Amino acid sequence: MTQGESTTIATPEVQEEMQTRGLSAEEMEKLSRPSRGGKYWAGLILTILGMGAIVLYCIIPFYWMIISSLRLPTQGLSNEFWPSPTSTDNLKAVFEGRNNFGRGLLNSLIISTVTTLGTLFFGIIAAYALARLRFRMKGLVLSIIIGCSMFPPITLLVPLLKMFTGFYSWFPNWMNTYQAAIIPSLSFGLPLAVWNLVAFFRQLPVELEQAAMVDGCTPGQAFRKVIMPLAAPGVFTTAIITFIAVWNEFLIARTFLTTPEMMTATVSLSRFSGSLGYNTPYGTIMAAGVYVTVPLIIVVLLFQRRIVSGLTAGGVK
Amino acid sequence: MSNAVDVTHDVSKEKERKPKKNLLSDGQGTLALILIAPTLFVIFLVVGIPVVMSVIESIYITTGGVNPDTGVVESVTNFAGLQQYADAFTESAGTVLSPWGRLPRFLNALINTLFFTVVCIAFETVLGVLMALIMTKAFKGKGLVRAAILIPWAIPTIVSALMWQLVFNTSGVANEIIGQQILWLADSVWSQWAVIIADVWKTAPFIGLLTLAGLQTIPTDVYEAAKVDGATAWQMFWRITLPLVRPALVVAVLFRTLDTLRMFDLPFGLIGPQKYSVETLSMLAFSDAQAQRYGSAAAYSVMLFLLIVVIAFLFIRLLGADLVSDPEVKAMNEARKKQKAARKQMKSSITSGESAT
Amino acid sequence: MTVRKNARRIAVTGVALLAVLATAACGGSDSGSSDGADWTQTGPITYVQGKDTSGYVQPAIDEWNKLYPDQKVTFAELSDSADEQRAAMIENATTNGAKGYDVLSVDVVWTAEFAGNQYIQELPKDQFPTDGYLKPAVDSGTYFDKLYAFPATSDGAMMYYRTDLLEQAGIAEPPKTWDEVVAACDAVKKLPGQASINCWGGQFQKYEGLTCNIAEFINSAGGTFITADGKPDVNSDAAMSGVNQMVDWFDDGTIPKAAQTWQEEESRNAFQSGNLVFLRNWPYVYTLANKDDGSSEVNGKFAVAQLPGKDGVGVSTLGGHNMGVTTTAKNLGTAKEFIKWWNSAENQKAHTIVSSQAPTIEGLYSDEELVKQFPYMPVLRASLANAEPRPKAVEYGDVTLAIQDATYNAIQGNSTPKAVFDRLQTDLEGLLK
Repeated sequence: MTQGESTTIATPEVQEEMQTRGLSAEEMEKLSRPSRGGKYWAGLILTILGMGAIVLYCIIPFYWMIISSLRLPTQGLSNEFWPSPTSTDNLKAVFEGRNNFGRGLLNSLIISTVTTLGTLFFGIIAAYALARLRFRMKGLVLSIIIGCSMFPPITLLVPLLKMFTGFYSWFPNWMNTYQAAIIPSLSFGLPLAVWNLVAFFRQLPVELEQAAMVDGCTPGQAFRKVIMPLAAPGVFTTAIITFIAVWNEFLIARTFLTTPEMMTATVSLSRFSGSLGYNTPYGTIMAAGVYVTVPLIIVVLLFQRRIVSGLTAGGVK
Repeated sequence: MSNAVDVTHDVSKEKERKPKKNLLSDGQGTLALILIAPTLFVIFLVVGIPVVMSVIESIYITTGGVNPDTGVVESVTNFAGLQQYADAFTESAGTVLSPWGRLPRFLNALINTLFFTVVCIAFETVLGVLMALIMTKAFKGKGLVRAAILIPWAIPTIVSALMWQLVFNTSGVANEIIGQQILWLADSVWSQWAVIIADVWKTAPFIGLLTLAGLQTIPTDVYEAAKVDGATAWQMFWRITLPLVRPALVVAVLFRTLDTLRMFDLPFGLIGPQKYSVETLSMLAFSDAQAQRYGSAAAYSVMLFLLIVVIAFLFIRLLGADLVSDPEVKAMNEARKKQKAARKQMKSSITSGESAT
Repeated sequence: MTVRKNARRIAVTGVALLAVLATAACGGSDSGSSDGADWTQTGPITYVQGKDTSGYVQPAIDEWNKLYPDQKVTFAELSDSADEQRAAMIENATTNGAKGYDVLSVDVVWTAEFAGNQYIQELPKDQFPTDGYLKPAVDSGTYFDKLYAFPATSDGAMMYYRTDLLEQAGIAEPPKTWDEVVAACDAVKKLPGQASINCWGGQFQKYEGLTCNIAEFINSAGGTFITADGKPDVNSDAAMSGVNQMVDWFDDGTIPKAAQTWQEEESRNAFQSGNLVFLRNWPYVYTLANKDDGSSEVNGKFAVAQLPGKDGVGVSTLGGHNMGVTTTAKNLGTAKEFIKWWNSAENQKAHTIVSSQAPTIEGLYSDEELVKQFPYMPVLRASLANAEPRPKAVEYGDVTLAIQDATYNAIQGNSTPKAVFDRLQTDLEGLLK
């Protein structure tokens, strides 16, 4: 069915319709054309207002975080909509030795990168098989993988906590090691990656590989030389989404990484304290929030089209 | 069952009988196994084993007492069967007083979890669809809106929790704007709403985004035809837009529902641990694990898991959330399905319009 | 149909994952403790405490290592969250010392749990003389009449009050009783421009600080939160008069409603911005509220006194950290010498100067240099002299949560104070048996 066919208003049914309702062809024409009357402008203004509202809705709380980080450290609870005086003390204070925040960022980077690479490695080959090969129980395999993304992390954490703390003699003490955060993170990273990648591989026409194989490629070669380069954007999108998911993870990291040297950035900033133990440096916490978030936002803005397509392909957060 | 599902069903049956011939798709079972096995193995390792251990953990109970002479703790671990599951619903493990009244702590957490899920999802869906409707009308500045809408999504939940904590401080900006002194962070009904507001803020745009993607697949001619027919905007929304974005919306809502059921970071960071008015099942299990009551922690988390399985099942069953449709079928029929449904809608709206006159 | 089938598959998969492998065995744990400890063996040890925000600890340990190079001390720094410090220390114990912790910095409220579970061992009184140390601090490290943790730092609450306002209102002495507090506030509110000032501030958010505050109200009313033999007594008439005082103060606005969300910082902010006549808080506020960089509107306009009570001076809750030795430690000789060296008068003084944490040696409270830097020292000493510890319970986490819950429900008016504290009494009897 083509677009032209469906847009025509002159099908017999519609013509009949027009007649029964007493509309002339002229009137009909007028109706189908976008009218530029008051209603049109009202709609336009409403749309613009609505879009403005959406942007404000999304930005204002974030704006509050940013300006709270630009206040003087002693004015953490101020409610002024513009900080006076403006100060970068908080932005500097984040990296004071006692906060270990630089180390936290590094840890986050290591854990997110390794987890992302791991999920991509396993995810790509599994997704390719799921998207291309025919085999029995495919639905079951997909169900298992998607079912995993439904798991509440807490169900996994309780036994893992006991395991990683060396409670069982057959398992080494993994508390405060990178693998203690990376391996449980695979449980939500992998389903996410597989799902996204399946969607991307499916978009590539199967004829590509067929042509390559006709030219004498093995399925493996066809995959490496033809599919991978074409799927690169999809892999990249999946990598970004997985990376962000792991970077933002809190519960697993908080449970297994408890020393200042091992904490991730999100855990580290959730427990900033002032020099005297009791005082809560609101401004510094917000500044750390800015540091954790701004790189993500830049990535998101640069690759927004890709991310949106990735999110909608998988339908996963 | 909707028409769309029937189409899927028919075609998939057809495919089973008559597999598509291509070089890749025949006799590839072994290769598939080799490719998929590593992933399944990892999943078995990081999900399968811990879940089994959780279940085992939950059927053992550790009880102890202090020796009255030396003060030394003497404890034993015994097989308890399902006792810890049963105890969760009774007052034997102590009760807590929350906005829901005096309840066993598990029941209170269960009600909180369900309450947050229902209320958050309701608000998020309405707001998200509204956002999508506005965005779909936009011809300029779409990029700007889309960029803005990704910001709440990209902010780590714990950061957004701390951000809202500052906003909801008793002398914070929220109270200043509404000109009242509401104790948002005081473990009360208001804390629940603080959590809901923060959650809706972060995720309504996400639903909006997914819905927008669904909206963009609806051909404009469907609307034009309906307009010709004198359908009001309201009618068009209920009879065309909503049915056609339903598949996208249901998937988005399903994922948000599962996410909200296991909510942890937000109430934990915003209101704090062991605040009964906002304690979710994840938080309760976490708190018991921290107190080294692994048995009850495991029992609570297994029940949370079962709850999620049941709700996911209901979603798929009742709302037809299309999660694992056969990829080939889906790809092939995507376009056809939509056009067909659109045409059907067009027809039915015409018919109903007629009957109205 | 496919949809249905898939639905079933997902459900089946989930349940199957649960059922599979339901045969794996449960591991066990054993906590071996060696009796007849040898307090002479020397060698390297590890000292563990929470995040050192003041930067005192590592240099001090370096100094020790210079003095005793063959008895090297390693500093294992944990996070600043008390819960996580506790978890890490317990983890070390349940894994038979896998982390190699030897000397622990034990929060006063963990003493019972750590001692009861034999995570830390008894410190023989003849080898660890405690003469000259604050008695309440020594008590806080004692469990079933045995010393388990050596007093290292202490903490007590004081009443901060606005000298300028009291003076203008014609009140010469800081109030000693609750009635005097109310009377002073009434007088201050009659001053021009002070009609809306709040009277009393403390920490009434639902967290550990609430346990401290309610214990102070009960103990200051002549009640005993926990009797000498470890039984709860939270709903006696005397205890209830303290509880009712707190609830009444919330009801009549003596304590602002907003205080239900206050922790240390929020209450300090309220005081610093001039919105409070009286503030109950720890010593750390003194330096911050006296800053003259514009962050405090009350710098130079306040002083400290002991907490008020029902009929006289009140009772503070005791805080602080003590040093315990794990049951898995081997080089007990070094541990012993390190603890004693760390808590010598000289080192405690140096520690206080850098971190402003209160020392446990009584004599330091009259040290000229310290008093000059921390003018509140004499008041703090008086406050600590009759401070009361929080309940010594092996399951302290449950105990304090029950106390917080009851108190919070009472001040929020969700139930009558008597009803919730009757229930608390029952709950605590179960927890403290």
